[in-house]
Amino acid sequence: MHEIISQPWHWSVSGLAIAAVMFLLLYAGKEFGVSSNLRTMCTIAGAGKRYDFFDIDWRAQTWNLLFIAGAVIGGFLAFYFFPSPHPVQLSSQTVDYLQAVGIAAPGPAGTPWSYVPVELFAVDRIFTLRGFLVLVVGGFLIGFGTRWAGGCTSGHAISGLANLQLPSLLAVIGFFIGGLVMSWLVLPLILQF
Amino acid sequence: MRYLIYLTIGILFGFVMTKSEAISWFRIQEMFRFESFHMYGIIGTAVFVGAIGVAVARRFGIHAYDGSDLRLKPKDFSIPRYLYGGIIFGLGWAITGACPGPMFTLLGQGIWAIGVVILSSVFGTFVYGAVRDELPH
Repeated sequence: MHEIISQPWHWSVSGLAIAAVMFLLLYAGKEFGVSSNLRTMCTIAGAGKRYDFFDIDWRAQTWNLLFIAGAVIGGFLAFYFFPSPHPVQLSSQTVDYLQAVGIAAPGPAGTPWSYVPVELFAVDRIFTLRGFLVLVVGGFLIGFGTRWAGGCTSGHAISGLANLQLPSLLAVIGFFIGGLVMSWLVLPLILQF
Repeated sequence: MRYLIYLTIGILFGFVMTKSEAISWFRIQEMFRFESFHMYGIIGTAVFVGAIGVAVARRFGIHAYDGSDLRLKPKDFSIPRYLYGGIIFGLGWAITGACPGPMFTLLGQGIWAIGVVILSSVFGTFVYGAVRDELPH
């Protein structure tokens, strides 16, 4: 059993499990939307004193803060107690492309570098120009964009589309326009730094 | 005590994000390069099963545990906020290889650099809140 759970899951199993998370939250009287927590964090930090947008009762969002605390714990448990026996099995075309732009194939199983590239996520990269562009600018775009669009992957691409919301379809189209521009045009330039 | 259920669902979510490999920067690049079905399979299955579930819940009038309506509010339609906001989010998603859920899951795996992404995303949300009156919605 431990061995089966530790394997990377088939996409259909993963998709079912994500739908289950969405329904559990709905049944628990809440909704699936991770990025709302970023606004709550601004409110907790005192942003409500300056801008009305953050003048909300953050205690009503405690459930969602606990949800992301759980997401941290779940990542910890899956990584340390149910380690995957092999790194991400990336398509060979993607591996070739990444090598051409200076990013090595996924690292050894059991290390963080089996999921994310050491060239971008090692702690000592934070203070390089490339690290700044990827981590600082990238994070900023996520936070700014998701609030403008009123949701992220969980709120729009999963629960919004499942609820057949046209605005969510539009947001997801936006996600892909931005994602394609970044991965095909901008990222190859950034990786030259 | 009641709050423990949200922590538990979150733990399940973080576990699923890891085992699905949706937390992987590599998988996100592969997805945007259209070189694997993996991520499309995950999102497609979740949306398909989710849509059937939502339709069934509506048809049979299923309520939340406390008898309240399920939180499935329709969203107000407009073009600029979803399209422009979505594009900016997509730029960030593709460069960091993480959306808001996986950011937190990666932190649990000891990838400390993702903490910079999280702090920066909180700052991005703050700046949005500061300038939102100037933006089209």
